[in-house]
Amino acid sequence: MNLSPLLLAVTDPALPWTWLFVGLTFAMYLVIGWRSRVKETSGFYVAGQGVPAIANGAATAADWMSAASFLSMAGLISFSGSDGSVYLMGWTGGYVLLALLLAPYLRKFGHYTVPDFIGSRYYSETARVVAAICAIFVSLTYVAGQMKGVGIVFSRFLEVELMYGVFIGMAIVAFFSVLGGMKGITWTQVAQYFVLILAFVIPAIAISRLLTGHSVPQAGFVFSDISERLNNVLLELGEKEYTRPFTELSRLNVFCITAALMFGTAGLPHVIVRFYTVKNVRAARYSAAWAILFIAILYTTAPALGMFARYNLVKSIHLATISRIVVGSENGETTFDFPEKKDAAWAAISDARQSNPAPPVIYYLISTEGKPLDWATRWQKTGMLSFDDLDRNGVISLKLNEDKKSEQATIDKDIIVLSTPEVAGLPPWVIALVAAGGLAAALSTAAGLLLVISSSLAHDMYCRYFAPHASEAQKVMIGRIAILLAIFVAGYFGINPPGFVGEVVAFAFGLAAASFFPAIFLGIFSKRVNRAGAVTGMIVGLVFTLVYIVLCTSHKVLPMLFTQEILPKEQWLFGISPQGIGTVGMLLNFVVTIAVSAITKPPPPEVIELVELVRNPSGSSSATGH
Amino acid sequence: MEKPKHSGSYWKDNLVVVSILLVIWFAVGYVGGIFGIEWLNGFKVGNVGLGFWIAQQGSIFVFVLIVIVYAVWMDRLDRKHGLGGDR
Repeated sequence: MNLSPLLLAVTDPALPWTWLFVGLTFAMYLVIGWRSRVKETSGFYVAGQGVPAIANGAATAADWMSAASFLSMAGLISFSGSDGSVYLMGWTGGYVLLALLLAPYLRKFGHYTVPDFIGSRYYSETARVVAAICAIFVSLTYVAGQMKGVGIVFSRFLEVELMYGVFIGMAIVAFFSVLGGMKGITWTQVAQYFVLILAFVIPAIAISRLLTGHSVPQAGFVFSDISERLNNVLLELGEKEYTRPFTELSRLNVFCITAALMFGTAGLPHVIVRFYTVKNVRAARYSAAWAILFIAILYTTAPALGMFARYNLVKSIHLATISRIVVGSENGETTFDFPEKKDAAWAAISDARQSNPAPPVIYYLISTEGKPLDWATRWQKTGMLSFDDLDRNGVISLKLNEDKKSEQATIDKDIIVLSTPEVAGLPPWVIALVAAGGLAAALSTAAGLLLVISSSLAHDMYCRYFAPHASEAQKVMIGRIAILLAIFVAGYFGINPPGFVGEVVAFAFGLAAASFFPAIFLGIFSKRVNRAGAVTGMIVGLVFTLVYIVLCTSHKVLPMLFTQEILPKEQWLFGISPQGIGTVGMLLNFVVTIAVSAITKPPPPEVIELVELVRNPSGSSSATGH
Repeated sequence: MEKPKHSGSYWKDNLVVVSILLVIWFAVGYVGGIFGIEWLNGFKVGNVGLGFWIAQQGSIFVFVLIVIVYAVWMDRLDRKHGLGGDR
């Protein structure tokens, strides 16, 4: 939206604080990046394998908690109530699989990338290339979401246009990842973990004290009457109770989505790669334990925050009175004070709609307690919150209509975490801290993903096939160029996002579950699974999942070709949503891999030996590159 | 790189550890948080249903414990079998 200075007249008290915090944290990342610059490939791809378990735990946690975990998850839970547990259990439960079934063994294997493992275990260059392409594809889907998250924070909190916000984010990531590779990324992620966890927990504590009287949000969530209060408020509005299961998703979909997220998390290459950076197998196990502890701090706070935020939001917007409306049209903006100019305002909105179906209209609201809702005015400017007083009575109602839809307010789920401190009236520096935390979450994950993309491009493909005799210095240079390329592609997707942040990320998990998990898991736990089985399994799983997702979301992923989805909701396979289809893709992958392996030759003896080696925790500190 | 010792009993013990922990993982996440959630909601933790609590918080606490127990347990197993001796 292009808005005139008049519409921007409500200044944001958090703005100077936000610049300060964002500036300080960015300066810190730059310093760390500069101090961890590297010259050799083992430093560039696996940080020289000398990162202590606890630091690697914090870095893994930051790597793994994305813009979606920080910005979108509490919002998704907030709007889906009990069924929001798919994200909570899916992401943390997947971590258990990663820690128990994959991480220690892959650390023992000790090479740089997941495609390396797949290529060696399945003694196949084709498998390596398929895995590298999957890694690039999954990582790109995921990184697009991070860049959009960066853009949202910048456009809302620093009043910078989304595009420039993405540019600034790209520049910062480029600096420390191109210079320092995995080493730079690891130590920056350690710092980013502390920024993001403070930024998440401090506002949650403040809101918990405000709404429940408990200082620990996890306790306020359970031991106060907030859940009953929220259930009652929602019932009054005609919504379902917050704590009742299977209101948003069917049981089958809760199961499928949880499983897709779990097995997808375990198969995400950027998280797996983190375990290559520690000293040995033992350190990999302990670093996994540290990481889940660090992750759990955010993940047990998020459902509490989601519940508090929903209550807060409904309470402050419902029955708020309009004090003024500003309508934008070709002739500039006109302000209508309420209730005097009420009729003129409605007429102006109708007029403006003649030429533009969604004209810029900003509502200035006063809560039932008589306080002006400045935060609502600010969020309307980002287009993520909008009002339409359909019954023209000058009061916003959140009551659902006959179709069970809320008509008078449209709230983007992504604003929940970012807006909650403002809605709760917390001091401006808390709001600024949240902005810095959101950026830390997005940038740390983006950096990890970019390294995977770059290593897949440079290490697994380019250096192997086009420059096998390159020197160490040349290999690092190729890695740096690949990372820079990846940053530009990610930036493009950040500015032209393929869809809603959380949804895009959820698809990445489904794709990872359907392609990587069975191949890695069976590669370690079975000596019988062979090349033919793994390659066909990965291809079947990935293609099936991808095709289903595209069929269900064709209007979103290919808007230039389709105006609606090819496979509408009513025709979903057994009613399984595209978010959960990765589970089916994974089962297919398992079945195909095992069946094809059974009817083809067993793997050669050196591969059996490799499996033996990976299962033995001894001697991993000597494992290096090639 | 050192030659792997053939240690079948270590691998079997390892599978037992992993299986026990994954059974707990499944019971808490899928049975407690999805398939048995309505029944468990009949019981209360504080002011919320037990099933809802497990789905949104309890399962996460258990997952953390599983990973910590795994790290410690495997460490002991390594020592018992004289493996992983490069610490």
